[in-house]
Amino acid sequence: MASLKDLKIRINSVKSTQKITSAKKMVAAAKLRRAQEAAEAARPYAERMENVLTGLGQAVVDQPGGSPLLIGTGKDDVELVIVAGSERGLCGGFNTNIVKAARVHIVERLAAGKQVKILCIGKKTYALLRRDYGEMIIGQKDMSGVKSLGFADAQPIATELMDMFERGEFDVATLFYSKFQSALTQIPTKQQLIPVPLLSAANDEEPADELGGASYDYEPDEASILEDLLPRNVAVQIYRGLLENAASEQGASMTAMDNATRNAGEIIDKLTLVYNRTRQAAITSELIEIISGAEAL
Amino acid sequence: MTDSLKFELVSPERLLKDMQAVEVVVPGSEGDFGVLPGHAPVMTALRPGVVSVTASDGDTAERLFVKGGLAQVGVSGLTILAEEAMDMDGIDADELKQKLADTREDIEDAEDDVEKARLIGELEWMTALSEALAA
Repeated sequence: MASLKDLKIRINSVKSTQKITSAKKMVAAAKLRRAQEAAEAARPYAERMENVLTGLGQAVVDQPGGSPLLIGTGKDDVELVIVAGSERGLCGGFNTNIVKAARVHIVERLAAGKQVKILCIGKKTYALLRRDYGEMIIGQKDMSGVKSLGFADAQPIATELMDMFERGEFDVATLFYSKFQSALTQIPTKQQLIPVPLLSAANDEEPADELGGASYDYEPDEASILEDLLPRNVAVQIYRGLLENAASEQGASMTAMDNATRNAGEIIDKLTLVYNRTRQAAITSELIEIISGAEAL
Repeated sequence: MTDSLKFELVSPERLLKDMQAVEVVVPGSEGDFGVLPGHAPVMTALRPGVVSVTASDGDTAERLFVKGGLAQVGVSGLTILAEEAMDMDGIDADELKQKLADTREDIEDAEDDVEKARLIGELEWMTALSEALAA
């Protein structure tokens, strides 16, 4: 049986843990709103970009000599898997879930005899992947200095990606991130970045209908616009992934910390009960000693 | 024919403008062009420059600076996907001048070509912006 002093120490330690988790919960709740707004504000651009690309892509996809960003390098031997996670812990299963999804994909590719390279964004996914796939990790992007995520933060990653692609270091790039649905649900998502996946046949007729049969005039021409647009699209998709991730992280953190705070509360209640019982037992035995001592006289 | 067109200006961060306009002047890569309601479908790259919008309920043109991007004129209206966009009123001319000078210096000092090319790109839009401010 633990002594009164031991119990007191444990209660105090759980109490201070609870203070930390409840503070983190509050911080996450405040940050969540901002992150969510940012993620939602960025959606229109990404959606319109997708529309434009689909329209343009269909116009040039059948022509020979199209950009490898659009039609691919013609093989899929080397795949770059980008795993975006968070910089900090205390966010429940957020990073684990993303890594789990990425792991399934990596195992699948490896089983198919392909080569896999991994790029980690954020400290936590790196820590999780390092042990099993250490030799495949080609880099880790540190986002800890980033206070509020801007497009300028996604751009360098995209530029690096483009350089690597041009040097022929990979054929396909896939991004793993967590899509924000609500504070309770975040969906680990896989998205192919390169080559750009075109929305397929279902949208085929839409652009034509919208224009009432007319076709776009391109200035300068389709190819040069695409050349400019495709690299930007990569950056936009990464940016969107990072924004969704930021919102998801805060959501996951809030939920996890809420649970942790509640658990801590339960433990404190239980320990307090034990503490009081022990105290009472000590008092009772002392009383018995005194009374029986007095009776013996 | 309708007397106004739907104008949307989006940057990667957010939707900046969503309004009805009577005329929009767009800095296309091949030259400025005006878009009036019922314009033929065009898709064009943009150079750094000023988009000036005349709203359907206003007389004066609103001026916005865009740092490159893409403009798409469709039946529904004009959509600009800007790389970066800012309101002309919020720009500090002195600060810009300072930045311009700094960038020029950096170009002189730049050692590798990649860095130099990036800085020249920066300089290009800053120059365009300062010219637009002076005008």
